[in-house]
Amino acid sequence: MLEIKNLHARIAEDGTEIIRGLNLTVKAGEVAAIMGPNGSGKSTLSYILSGREDYEVTEGEILYNGESILELDASERAAKGIFLAFQYPVEIPGVATMQFLKVAMNEQRKYRGEDELTTPEFMRRVKEAAAELKIAPEMLRRPVNVGFSGGEKKRAEILQMALLEPKLCILDETDSGLDIDALKVVADGVNALRSPDRAVVVITHYQRLLDYIIPDTVHVLYKGQVIKSGDKTLAYELEANGYADLIEAAA
Amino acid sequence: MNMQQAIKMTAAETALVDAYTAQIGDLPGDGAVLSLRDTLVHELKTAGLPTRRVESWHYTDLRTLLRAVPSADPSAFADRVEPIVAGSTVLSVRNGEADLKSLPEGITARSYTESLLDGSAVAGLAVLGSDDAIGRINVGLVRGGLEIAVAEGAELEAPLEIQIVQSHGQAHTRFPVSFGAGSKATVIERHLSTNAEASFVSSVTDLTLGEGADVIWIILQQQGPADTHLGQIRFDLGKNAKLHLFVINAGGKLVRQELHGRASGEGADLTLRGINLLGGESHTDVTFTLSHDVPHTTSTEIIRNVVFDRAKGVFQGKILVEKDAQKTDAKMSCNTLLLSDEGDFSAKPELEIFADDVQCGHGATVIDIDHTQLFYMLARGIPENKARAMLVNAFVAEIVEELEDDETLVEALEGVISAWLAKHA
Ligand SMILES: Nc1ncnc2c1ncn2[C@@H]1O[C@H](COP(=O)(O)OP(=O)(O)O)[C@@H](O)[C@H]1O
Ligand SMILES: [Mg+2]
Repeated sequence: MLEIKNLHARIAEDGTEIIRGLNLTVKAGEVAAIMGPNGSGKSTLSYILSGREDYEVTEGEILYNGESILELDASERAAKGIFLAFQYPVEIPGVATMQFLKVAMNEQRKYRGEDELTTPEFMRRVKEAAAELKIAPEMLRRPVNVGFSGGEKKRAEILQMALLEPKLCILDETDSGLDIDALKVVADGVNALRSPDRAVVVITHYQRLLDYIIPDTVHVLYKGQVIKSGDKTLAYELEANGYADLIEAAA
Repeated sequence: MNMQQAIKMTAAETALVDAYTAQIGDLPGDGAVLSLRDTLVHELKTAGLPTRRVESWHYTDLRTLLRAVPSADPSAFADRVEPIVAGSTVLSVRNGEADLKSLPEGITARSYTESLLDGSAVAGLAVLGSDDAIGRINVGLVRGGLEIAVAEGAELEAPLEIQIVQSHGQAHTRFPVSFGAGSKATVIERHLSTNAEASFVSSVTDLTLGEGADVIWIILQQQGPADTHLGQIRFDLGKNAKLHLFVINAGGKLVRQELHGRASGEGADLTLRGINLLGGESHTDVTFTLSHDVPHTTSTEIIRNVVFDRAKGVFQGKILVEKDAQKTDAKMSCNTLLLSDEGDFSAKPELEIFADDVQCGHGATVIDIDHTQLFYMLARGIPENKARAMLVNAFVAEIVEELEDDETLVEALEGVISAWLAKHA
């Protein structure tokens, strides 16, 4: 589903290289965990995958279902099924959450040549998904993410993901700032989306989330490269021993 | 030729004076009104239109900007349009002619032409000062309008829409409106044009709010892309009167909307909100003065501007706090979303405070679309154009939503804004 080959990317503004020859393959149906110390380039990778223009790809390829997505803008990538749950969800005062959800869902449908949702059908879907994620109706009446607590913002991201039904879900530190109950709700939301035609990339630097969303593969990112890949036991090793040994071995 | 004439008149000045000369004998008024018209047109002829050297016109050099004035066409005919809020009571003034109809209980209205003819209008025709070019032009050429009274204690259920529709030519209207003590009303003063042909409009509204009156007054300016709109609203707020004055500029080529008021009764409160949607080659000026005359009066002013293309905008806001007006609370802000390098917005907020125990402040900012917000919307599959339009809309919609007590009104105004943005963004 996702193939990243020898990816190099830098910050467009000042030319600093952040991703330095990264290789990663994620298959349909797979849950891949990306771990790594702070500052290793995990968020940057997630932004590049979703098409943020602050970064420039200088070398390498990103193939999604076999096709390069480098020429597509962020909204086209989203409509093709790539979803990023932001590490820091963005507040948008003046834009109502319901309007935002409806426009996003219908614009994606339009792009794919599908009919727009009727208002009752839209309402039904939102109500159902919100209830699953224990999101109070009052939250949906506020502007996008405005006045949400940290945990509410993360749950709202998962709500958007559930409604948009993406094919490639990238979760950037969705566990940070969540207490254990909220973490379970979020993990249930993600697990509910697991399916043979969908891949999930879970970025985290704690092993904790991986107790609830069991990964098929684990990749360690350091200084813009994947320095080690393995199965879920790699996450336990990291939890027990930290990154130091791995980093030394890679150096 | 008049020997006092020091400067050569511009084409526009000549056209205005000619419009007056051509209509002498036909313009309504008793002796006093006619003689006042004559004096003011004579002043216009000798002083000319204001230039940037006149302080209050510094950012809007009317003499230079007003290139031409279409000639008056008494046969012009404009169709009435649907009110912006369904179910409103509509009073229309088409090409200057008032169209009266039966009104709900609590409002009375008569044609302003009659007030000119019987001379009762004369006291209200005084200009505000030597720089009151709008007042001068309007008194010189005004043909009609409406004189409206809302009875004491009357609470109007539906909004009243005063519809000033113009197809082409000139229209000069006047609207003295009084709100009796304890009355409550929402009024939409809506200026629009039915086509793209140039028209020249001057309109003066004069509001008097009695004790405890609670009024929402919306000026919705949707003139055509070649139109000149010179508007002025004067207001006087009595004891505990509340006025929510909302100006939306969404049209016109050369626009000046003046707002001049005083809080003359204790407990009076003004909420001024302005939205300027500016595009093309237009020039739009909102000039506001408020005098807090007595203690314990409050006002807040928020102006939001969106600038596209080569549009230019101006906001001048001056709050005067008189010596006796202790405990005045006034806050003014002007925020501009500048979406084009060739666009421009000048903001000049001023406070003149003679009392010592007051809380007053002002601020002006210029911003661009927030890129993080934009990316977030794109990442959800919203195409860039649409995402930008939504963010621009959000910037101004915030202050429309303050009218949340009337949902249909909010929806109607949001509709005007999104329609404008869909055309310009
Ligand atoms: N837009 C940017 N401007 C400046 N520095 C950036 C930018 N994006 C990323 N960086 C830098 O790149 C490195 C990787 O950041 P990030 O991808 O956020 O790491 P992680 O998510 O793994 O903690 C950090 O040193 C960060 O400061
Ligand atoms: Mg990060």
